Amino acid sequence: MSLETVIDLHIKNGAPAEMNYTGKDFSSDQDVRWCPGCGDYTILKQVQTAMPEIGVKKEDIVFISGIGCAARFPYYMNTFGMHSIHGRAAAIATGLKISRPGLSVWVISGDGDSLSIGGNHFLHLLRRNVNINYLLFNNQVYGLTKGQYSPTAPSGSVSKSTPYGSIDHAVNPLSFALGADGSFVARAMDRDPKHLNQMILRASSHRGTSMLEIYQNCIVFNDGVFEKFTDKKSRPTEAIYLEHGQPLIFGEKNQKGVRIDGLTPKVVSLENGEFSKDDLWIHDENDKTKAYMLSRFFDQPKPGDEHRMPRPFGVLYAENRPCYDDEVNRQIAGVVERKGVGNLDELLRGRETWTVE
Amino acid sequence: MQVKDQVRDDVTIRFAGDSGDGMQLTGSLFTNTTALQGNDIRTLPEFPAEIRAPVGTVPGVSSFQLHFGSKEIMTPGDECDVLVVMNSAALKANLALLRKGGIIIANTAGFDKRNLNLAKYGEDNNPLENGSLNEYIVIEVDVTKLTKESLTDSGLTHKDVERAKNMFVLGLLYWMYNRPLDSTISFLNQKFAKKPDIAEGNIKVLKAGYHYGETTEVFAETYTIKKAQIGAGEYRSITGNEATVLGLVAAAQQGNLPLFFGSYPITPASDILHELSALKNFGVTTFQAEDEIAAVSSAIGAAFGGSLGVTSSSGPGVALKAEAVGLAVILELPLVILNIQRAGPSTGMPTKTEQSDLLQAMYGRNGESPVVIIAPATPGDCFDAAFEASRIAIEHMVPVYFLSDGYLANGSEPWRFPQQKDLKKVTVRFEPGRNGETDPFLPYVRDDRFVRSWAIPGTPGIEHRVGGLEKEVDTGNVSYDPDNHQSMTNLRKARVDKIADYIPLQKVDSGNEQGNAVVVGWGSTYGSIRTAVRELIKEGFDVSHVHIKYLNPFPKNLEEILNNFNTIIVPEMNDGQLVKILRDSFFVPAKGINKVKGRPFYVDELKQDIKTILSPND
Repeated sequence: MSLETVIDLHIKNGAPAEMNYTGKDFSSDQDVRWCPGCGDYTILKQVQTAMPEIGVKKEDIVFISGIGCAARFPYYMNTFGMHSIHGRAAAIATGLKISRPGLSVWVISGDGDSLSIGGNHFLHLLRRNVNINYLLFNNQVYGLTKGQYSPTAPSGSVSKSTPYGSIDHAVNPLSFALGADGSFVARAMDRDPKHLNQMILRASSHRGTSMLEIYQNCIVFNDGVFEKFTDKKSRPTEAIYLEHGQPLIFGEKNQKGVRIDGLTPKVVSLENGEFSKDDLWIHDENDKTKAYMLSRFFDQPKPGDEHRMPRPFGVLYAENRPCYDDEVNRQIAGVVERKGVGNLDELLRGRETWTVE
Repeated sequence: MQVKDQVRDDVTIRFAGDSGDGMQLTGSLFTNTTALQGNDIRTLPEFPAEIRAPVGTVPGVSSFQLHFGSKEIMTPGDECDVLVVMNSAALKANLALLRKGGIIIANTAGFDKRNLNLAKYGEDNNPLENGSLNEYIVIEVDVTKLTKESLTDSGLTHKDVERAKNMFVLGLLYWMYNRPLDSTISFLNQKFAKKPDIAEGNIKVLKAGYHYGETTEVFAETYTIKKAQIGAGEYRSITGNEATVLGLVAAAQQGNLPLFFGSYPITPASDILHELSALKNFGVTTFQAEDEIAAVSSAIGAAFGGSLGVTSSSGPGVALKAEAVGLAVILELPLVILNIQRAGPSTGMPTKTEQSDLLQAMYGRNGESPVVIIAPATPGDCFDAAFEASRIAIEHMVPVYFLSDGYLANGSEPWRFPQQKDLKKVTVRFEPGRNGETDPFLPYVRDDRFVRSWAIPGTPGIEHRVGGLEKEVDTGNVSYDPDNHQSMTNLRKARVDKIADYIPLQKVDSGNEQGNAVVVGWGSTYGSIRTAVRELIKEGFDVSHVHIKYLNPFPKNLEEILNNFNTIIVPEMNDGQLVKILRDSFFVPAKGINKVKGRPFYVDELKQDIKTILSPND
């Protein structure tokens, strides 16, 4: 007897699908029901566009979501999918990926789903480094329940449940992910589809938990909350695109840079001759300390200040470390190799028996 | 003095000492030896919730009761005949459980001033000396000193010597009850294979205890308990949690499915996680999750992928899993939820037994959310119940609750283990792949048992989406249509009810098929009820015993059986749960006998309570 299971035999017997996919092949027959103008539409489109390029058969792809507006996502993907319960997608995906390591597993989650009700699972997913892709749609508001503030909403946010302003201190999703030893931590935005597409492909190719935060505009309850980053006019000064091995440069004329002064990142001008590109911080995706510093570029100082830090987009951190699912299955294989496939009758007999005549 | 050998039908011994005194091991070894001798046996380990409560105090006392005999033994015994106490706290905690005239074997080293104070007797109030034990036979042995003396030149550390003293007691009891030492010796050699001096030391002490009995004249009697008349076959000793593990593994193998076990540690369920995690070469994957919710969720994820998904816990943890179980109900995926019940509410009494989560399993979810419920009756029966829970989950694509409890989990009995060739097949129906078919795959189309197919990722052409929102009949698409919700609610109930066609009919365990009264039980009360009813029948009462294993759906003939009796009595270790379901399901005037004391029913108290209902005027 081998350990080849019914699943293995079943999958082997399936007819392999052709892989000449286009984005349309990933669109299900269900009507998309997000509010007109919702940022989720662009993300859906970019995920569908990226799918033919990840090199995985459609039947081997699974999208799992929790609860929230974003969580409807799996219904619109023509892959396997599960719209589960609030906050638990990470745990469900973990069980699926450990037991079926050959699948490409994607979690679709939101700021409330990941960082409020599902915060515990999100933490443990990241530290275990299960090999799945995690898209965190952050709109800083609870949309599906019609407009309460979320854990990523800045302190003072006025919402249905905080008419006098929220008192909570906001969570920083990327700092959280790095603090949990996430092996891939990146940020994108709905209004830059091309960059978003690149980031989805980067997330897919990374082995380990690929955490991609996506700034997503909620047109009904929190419209424009990311406008300073997404608006083409303000984006050059408010956002910075990270590229591995490249200096941190931004500004409408690329006239600004970030350099490290001791342990402090500072915005400098490249126009007055004091600093050149060679003086700037060179982005290193593999440097965790710097990745953490980048994750703290967060409304400091306030808008208008010439030293205001731009918000980083791109891959802040990527690291190759063992994946939980690989290790679980490696350990099992090791035990099978050492002990041989277990014999049920011997197990049932146990250590000591006696016979009654 | 001549030592007389007496024949006894059955004996109950209780070993009690400090948590660190090794009483659980002593009890287990005596159990194994006794089972090997061909006696029938039941055990009841009882330990404190604290890992190491303060040494010498009453809260730190750990005990192990075993009841064995040449007749059928179905309970761990009401009162014990022999109480072994390693210190004064053990006596204080357990004296009430010793029958009048019973034997106390006391380790006198545990009755010094310090221990008397710790047990709150007071240093000048030694119960061994103050006459308070006049109604018992007290045998004083300085176990600590005798152990030390037998290991004088062994070179073992003080700690190792101290830890060997339970072997002295075990050896002494082996002499008293005419048991051989060989099984224990081989156990010690195996356990301490890498530390032969410790093995040798323990064996030396074991023999010293045995010879102490032989050569001293403190004991007037030894006892012989003849082999029990139990069914022919090959047996092993097994606890409920061990049998549960074997049942799960066997069912997965009979379906040729991988077993995925997601769990979070909790008393008294953790042993299941420990045992399964060692069985990686049996197609078992264990996942110690971050919490109870992740544990059940990971099992649901694995079930979606085609594994037998299992999660385990006790009441408080099962409460946390409730929402996810509801998800498995609407997804119609196989899931086994093991609840090793303990006394509640809230944290309750973690190491004490109770069966008060039946209504939680039946109704403890939002919405109309029917599930299957199965309860084992004895430690060995945990194998069959876990196997059946898994089989039904897989074959009917449904969550199944398995309701064991602390007593079954840790209690043990001789088990005539099955062979794989005699086990039922478990039929897995994966949806086949498609290539070029034009009609779309409909995930919620059902067969004549109302069961949908298991459509797992990796299968070409059947990509589909499931979720917690209400499903449209057949297509599984999201639907808020009023009539559709009614239909789906009806279907989810019908598919659970339909399982009654695929489970065994209810049998009457003891007594006539019809008559005056029937005692209806479920779960771990089986042994107490069976013994009580059989004794009542011998005393001339017209009473029968029915024990229900399949609690939802009930066996199809249960109503008919109940209607054959005038009086229905339902003893439960809760405040009345099955009794409510029976009244509700069959409109029968069932009467409850209810007790929540953290321990199984005593046969005598149960008999009294049944008699009171049968003859209220006596």
